[in-house]
Amino acid sequence: MSRCLIVSTSLEDKELIVVTVVGADRTGIVAGITNVLAGLNVNIEDISQTVLRGFFAMILIADMSKATCSLRELREKLEVKAKELGVEVFVQHASIFRAMHRV
Amino acid sequence: MPIVAHPSEIVETIEMIRYLKFDVRAATLSLSLMDCATSDLKLMLSLVEEKLKSILPGFVEAVDEVAERFGVPIVNKRLSVTPLSVLAEPYASKSLEDGRRALVKLASTIDSTVGECDVDYVGGFSAYVARGSTPGDQALLSCIADVLSSTERLFSSINAAQTGIGVNVDAIYEVSKQVKRLSELTPKGIGCVKLGVFANLPEDVPFMPGAHHGPNMPSEALHIAISGPGVVEHAIKARCQGKSLTEVFEEVKRVVFKITRAGELIGKEIAERIGVKLCTVDLSLAPSPTIGDSVADIIEAMGVESFGAPGTLAALALLTEGLRRGGAMATTNVGGFSGVMLPGSEDLGLTDAIKRGSASLWCLVACCSICSTGLDMVCIPGDTPVEVIAGLMADVLSIGVMNSKAVGVRVIPVPGAKPGDEVDFGGLLGRSVVLDVGGFTPRDFICRRGEIPHYKHRW
Repeated sequence: MSRCLIVSTSLEDKELIVVTVVGADRTGIVAGITNVLAGLNVNIEDISQTVLRGFFAMILIADMSKATCSLRELREKLEVKAKELGVEVFVQHASIFRAMHRV
Repeated sequence: MPIVAHPSEIVETIEMIRYLKFDVRAATLSLSLMDCATSDLKLMLSLVEEKLKSILPGFVEAVDEVAERFGVPIVNKRLSVTPLSVLAEPYASKSLEDGRRALVKLASTIDSTVGECDVDYVGGFSAYVARGSTPGDQALLSCIADVLSSTERLFSSINAAQTGIGVNVDAIYEVSKQVKRLSELTPKGIGCVKLGVFANLPEDVPFMPGAHHGPNMPSEALHIAISGPGVVEHAIKARCQGKSLTEVFEEVKRVVFKITRAGELIGKEIAERIGVKLCTVDLSLAPSPTIGDSVADIIEAMGVESFGAPGTLAALALLTEGLRRGGAMATTNVGGFSGVMLPGSEDLGLTDAIKRGSASLWCLVACCSICSTGLDMVCIPGDTPVEVIAGLMADVLSIGVMNSKAVGVRVIPVPGAKPGDEVDFGGLLGRSVVLDVGGFTPRDFICRRGEIPHYKHRW
């Protein structure tokens, strides 16, 4: 049973996004994705993994408040990397998950 | 330390979007054009064009940005405007011909401007005529077919019946003639998808053809239409095997709550960016003609062998009530139709049920007592007499009036088609089977004209 994803300090001053990578588990996925994030100054807050429809799903919570790119640019870069790695990537603002699943 | 989310919540959301066709069907900007009303036609046209061009690009940009931010597709950007019958009033008061001329020009200006601004559809070629009609209404009713066959994105809605007022059979008869003519003017009768006649038409609908900027609205507002039949079907199949109907109801509530909250968040974000009020989240479950996005499939997942079999209405009632309870908790701004939609050609499960012979025309009419849009996107033979079309409309609108519910009729007489023929409209309009309207006519009833009054205690 996986645990909840958390951030170390208050949510207020962060621009939190959720990056989910779905595909067959293999070497280099975590490194490939986190390298892209680091290169754009997107700080990883927490990381977890689970299963979606039988596929490996890696979930990263990251803070974009100091990022050197927009959400659109980040998604484009991650999609290029995901294609290289043979996985799918989803990039979403974290507030959608709180809205849908927390009252 | 603050919790962001649980991994299971994240993958559930991604599963909904990626595999179960959850999306926001439409973000509809509702706009008053009353500030453009004048008896100088040239001036009015330029005021309308100017207003749309000053507002729509920002709206389109905001919708794209918000879809990007949350990773939830927003399928359509739509506009709804003040019923154009109102703007035609000064012209139609001079003569019907003047009114028609003004409406044709106004419709064409709006249609092309909206297209230039990348807005998919615009609603508002509309009139409220439950109790009777003004010169502007009459001009509009008389040129619906001409206007809809010569424009691309414009939709028309006529409120011809109202609880507490009654059913205006004169207006219904006029709309029926326009439906018939529109089917002759457009290939496969496809123009008829842009015309609906309604009872108790809500003024805040984000869906076409009902969308218009009705009374009780601020100058500008935003409506959101959510969609997710696939999400509900999956929830029932995956989590309700062997469970009671009460437990199915609980599951529907739970899952609708989640998708509605996503709709509410997206609506708030768009509304804030363009500085308007989020007026309505329409909870309607709207199918689309792709596999796994069907309301009929939900009914069958509950255990009804084929949509239309006895038990169908009961299953629809469970679904509708679950939808409303879950949705009402999730958004403060419930509005529009907020019910289950059954658009004939757009629901592949329903098309299959019609082919199997379990869903007849009268089954779909019965569904109007529960479903929100009524007899919608239903194909009938092209040679169906006008009086039979009017009879169908009067029946469905009477259900709406007598039960105080919104309901409409959008039928497509398909030229040359016979009952049982398959019709493919392509794309989001889907495909359907031509239904049998029977061999008898209400001609002498409809041709009496007049209205069917309805009384409701109001004080």
